[in-house]
Amino acid sequence: MTARQRRFMWVAIGVLVLCAAAAFVLNAFQSNLVFFFTPTQVAQGEAPQGRIFRIGGLVKDGSLQRQDVQVQFVVTDTARDIPVVYSGLLPDLFKEGKGVVAQGRLGADGLFTATEVLAKHDENYMPPEAQHALDKATAGQAAQTVKP
Amino acid sequence: MLAELGHFALILALLVACVQATLPLWGAWREIAAWQALARPAAFAQFGLVALSFAALTACFVNNDFSVSYVAQHSNSLLPTVYRVAAVWGGHEGSLLLWVLMLALWTAAVAAFSFSLPQAMVARVVGVLGWVSVGFLLFILALSNPFERLLPAAADGRDLNPLLQDPGLIIHPPMLYMGYVGFSVAFAFAIAALMAGRLDAAWARWSRPWTVVAWLFMTFGIGLGSWWAYYELGWGGWWFWDPVENASLMPWLVGTALIHSLMASDKRGNFKAWTVLLSISAFSLSLLGTFLVRSGVLTSVHAFATDPKRGVFILMFLAVVVGFSLTLYAWRMPKVRMGQAVSLLSRETLLLANSVLLVVACAAVLLGTIYPLVIDALNLGKLSVGPQYFNAVFVPLMVPLLVIMVPGTVVRWRESQWSELLLRLRWVALAALGVGLAAPALAGEWSIGAAFGFFLAAWVVLGSVQHMVLRWRQPGQIGAAYWGMQCAHIGLAVVVAGITGVKSYEVERDVRMGVGDVVTIEPYAFRLQGMSEVKGPNYRAVRADVEVLKNGQPIDRLYPEKRRYFSTAMPMTEAAIDTGFMRDLYVSLGDPIDGPTPQWSMRVYYKPFVPWIWAGVLLMVLGGGLAAVDRRYRAASPRTETMPTGVAPQGGA
Repeated sequence: MTARQRRFMWVAIGVLVLCAAAAFVLNAFQSNLVFFFTPTQVAQGEAPQGRIFRIGGLVKDGSLQRQDVQVQFVVTDTARDIPVVYSGLLPDLFKEGKGVVAQGRLGADGLFTATEVLAKHDENYMPPEAQHALDKATAGQAAQTVKP
Repeated sequence: MLAELGHFALILALLVACVQATLPLWGAWREIAAWQALARPAAFAQFGLVALSFAALTACFVNNDFSVSYVAQHSNSLLPTVYRVAAVWGGHEGSLLLWVLMLALWTAAVAAFSFSLPQAMVARVVGVLGWVSVGFLLFILALSNPFERLLPAAADGRDLNPLLQDPGLIIHPPMLYMGYVGFSVAFAFAIAALMAGRLDAAWARWSRPWTVVAWLFMTFGIGLGSWWAYYELGWGGWWFWDPVENASLMPWLVGTALIHSLMASDKRGNFKAWTVLLSISAFSLSLLGTFLVRSGVLTSVHAFATDPKRGVFILMFLAVVVGFSLTLYAWRMPKVRMGQAVSLLSRETLLLANSVLLVVACAAVLLGTIYPLVIDALNLGKLSVGPQYFNAVFVPLMVPLLVIMVPGTVVRWRESQWSELLLRLRWVALAALGVGLAAPALAGEWSIGAAFGFFLAAWVVLGSVQHMVLRWRQPGQIGAAYWGMQCAHIGLAVVVAGITGVKSYEVERDVRMGVGDVVTIEPYAFRLQGMSEVKGPNYRAVRADVEVLKNGQPIDRLYPEKRRYFSTAMPMTEAAIDTGFMRDLYVSLGDPIDGPTPQWSMRVYYKPFVPWIWAGVLLMVLGGGLAAVDRRYRAASPRTETMPTGVAPQGGA
């Protein structure tokens, strides 16, 4: 093998390794994207079953129930409600009537099993995803009242 | 009065920065010595003025001057004095002022410790830093002035976010900013060298200590942030792949690549083009980090700003910096002579591999961090990238990095023999393999992941130890930089061992406890002895008294708290931790649970090896410190540098 061929071989190997790395990164990326759905979207069946996704909205007043360390509550965007079950300690700023974002899977029975309930860092702060869900629901209701 | 004084000082600083950014550069271009000489006094004057401004703001905080809007938003009369000082950088405006103060400090340091540098070079470096300073001072004065008055004055302040009322948070931002801003010096050196059209060994030599110092502050800052998240957020995690963490990790990764690449440029004259690109990237990523953290596009404890103009300004500034730098690079770089050819197995090649791995890791982190923001900005939906992505990508990239770390310090420059390398490292490899196989069995259950992690850590530690022993036996002086390198490498290995241990063997229990209940994680038992009410300076708390027993013997008492701050009524979990050499025991208190007898939800964690993560970070910081004080960098100008002939002695950092 001449020096030129050898150099070519190494360059080819380098390019192959880089391509493999890129493919690997993009594949990992693709399979770990977590999409966000509003309670209305979930109720309309737009959310995937069996895949992890996020929902956001308000914790419905009076919906919080504790059994041992497992908690149940309802996330609402004022239009539709989604029951959520979560086992673990809730974040400090979790409160009924306040915004919340939960990540987990939707069961066939319509119960959302959260693996993570996201903490806020400030009491006045509304998670943008929860705000987005509320805005959309409000917009949807407004559109419905306009259209008879 | 004080607020106005600070404001005026800041305006004067902007004027001085304008002078600093123009005349010395012009003087360097036209070879006018008198104008070049302006660089140093301008740098000192700017530092003095910004420091005065910062002191004025601090005084407003200490004096509880709630007629200053920023003070009213971030302080409170009940806040202890030390936190009032820390509250100066507890919000958007003050933290930017801290950014500028750090920049002025770095500039003044360059001016003060550069007497071995040619006058024109100093003028260019200080001039470039002047431009950065102009940008940030304009930003503060136009869009985020911390001295704005609030009329009529507030009766009391809104208080500092309770999460930030913590000793770790007093020093975390200044350290991290020292790192972020420190990369501006490496950037300025690279730009100055491009302007001069002279990318020689001297440029790389001058850049090295500055880059290392910036890197060590950044390392320390990231470590502090991780430590704070671990004990303050109350759920015992130490790294979340949160965009804010990624924002600091990205410049750190590229900065690490830069340190190693600068070494090749300094010693061998190789990879100059690459090194310059890394210098530009490290600083650009610092700016990107500032944008991500401060613009409000991310929502976290760090994001204060809601004014979209602020985000746009930083983004524009970033675009100008990157655009200008790359244009200059494209224009000047073809003139730079390429380095010498090297063989496949040489230190140059391994250093290049190190750079590529770190940059690819950074690119992967960047993709995961930016993608959701771009998708959201384009209104294509809302999504997030889970930590699984980062773990899946980052860990496989770090494995080869750790593997080549040992041969990287052993092989010679230019050309080395495989047989020699294998002969030298075979016992190290075997011993590391032995540790890898045995350590998990001693620590708990054997698993392939744990074995591999401990093998990598042992490989780096044993390789470094062997290298140090062999080097010690050789005649000749050993520079501090050499010890620094080994110390930092061992530090990284300790971090890896810590992460491996905690990931493999941690036990987390979310439980419900009443007084007298016991939770057991062999060989430890946690007994809730009682609950009490305590009152702090600006909060009231429920405190649990938890006795920790090991094999039935009491070893410690932990007092986790649930605090409620008066000013905001915001609840806060204060975890209690018993730290040992090999493990942490972590207890945090949750909410009360209604029932016939009062009970509380609690988190009880056994976290083996977790203190190693921060011990490793400290070793890396120490290593950086040793490397930076090496006498070589303080020697007179290395302008008559000749390449060492033949084979360099083993080692050298």
